[in-house]
Amino acid sequence: MEIKVTINNEDKILNIEYDEFLSEVLRKYGYLSVKKGCDTGSCGLCTIWIDAKPILSCSTLAIKANGKNITTIEGVQKEATEFAEFLVNEGAEQCGFCSPGFIMTVLAMKRELKNPTKDDIIHYLTGNLCRCTGYVGQLRAILKYMEVV
Amino acid sequence: MITIKDYAIPTNLEEAYETLQNRRNNVILGGCSFLRMGSKNINTAIDLSKLNLDFISETDNTVEIGAMATFRSLETSPILQNNFNGILSKCVKDIVGIQFRNNVTLGATVYSKYGFSDLITALLCLDVKVCLHKGGIIPLDTFLENKYEKDILTKIIISKDSSKCYFASMRNSHSDYAILNVALSNRDGQWKISVGARPMKAQIANNASSYLSENELNDYTIEYACELSSQELVFGSNLRASKKFRQEICKVLINRGIREVMTWK
Repeated sequence: MEIKVTINNEDKILNIEYDEFLSEVLRKYGYLSVKKGCDTGSCGLCTIWIDAKPILSCSTLAIKANGKNITTIEGVQKEATEFAEFLVNEGAEQCGFCSPGFIMTVLAMKRELKNPTKDDIIHYLTGNLCRCTGYVGQLRAILKYMEVV
Repeated sequence: MITIKDYAIPTNLEEAYETLQNRRNNVILGGCSFLRMGSKNINTAIDLSKLNLDFISETDNTVEIGAMATFRSLETSPILQNNFNGILSKCVKDIVGIQFRNNVTLGATVYSKYGFSDLITALLCLDVKVCLHKGGIIPLDTFLENKYEKDILTKIIISKDSSKCYFASMRNSHSDYAILNVALSNRDGQWKISVGARPMKAQIANNASSYLSENELNDYTIEYACELSSQELVFGSNLRASKKFRQEICKVLINRGIREVMTWK
């Protein structure tokens, strides 16, 4: 069937199957920043926003996005680049496969949390796994980006 | 892998209920996070998104939570943070990540009676009633014991009372499934101890709860109540922990909980 969505401020009509998950559909339509890492809904790599809320696109049926606003990292490039600078400056980036989902969560956090503590930040980002960094560099970058330090 | 042949997004409950009954393999969709992990051939998937069931509201005597309320909304709701010692906000906050909790719904968790459910463990130590579209309003513990009937859980109703509530969970790592969950409440000296992720679904330790309520609390009675809980409840092994380990952890978590609640004014 067809669903109407707004992706990164563009109105789109997508052709989907009822049992297709959003991550598959978005990738099919060229939004290749949406990664799939675990296939169990636990790694956060497929994070996008629906109506500005971060969700796992691998666990969301595409049909449930009908009529809604979808944001992928392609839609927030300026902010993403700005945060990426912080990551690079702290040497926090390695293979980069988890970055799009991770950055989408960080940007959502910046919108949602006011004056977060280090614990609040760690709690917010617990759903994003990275297999190569160990998180210390990432956390340094986030603290600077969020102006906590 | 799941397959879905047809999809319905009803605008009233009766329509949703009728569609559900039409065929054996018509199912209600929750957040879908657990659904996608299994393999199921669904005829019609029924989406309740248009029924305004994503509310959390309060009256003088009750708090009501709609079936489509997400775990993230339970976590951040001022109503839930300010009632029941915040136990319902606390018990969901370590479940995977916020993106996951933005999907997962209260209705799907409670209706499915998941053994690993942190939320059910916490709800059991409160005075909770489940509202079913056909089955009416029944106490949560009765609902959990009853056989599955195809129905729609629309909301839960929690009585506000003077209970002091506590929740603890043992996990191997922060956002993993629980190895064991414990929730306690003390309402004017009446204790209720609920244990979940045994790994079977949460249950009240009745003997231990009565013993604790009827006796003066001291080192001996607390330890005896913990022992009673670990004896009367059935534990099992799975890939996360053995039966014996769960039994031991159960005593420790209950012990900590009772002692902590005792210090609260």
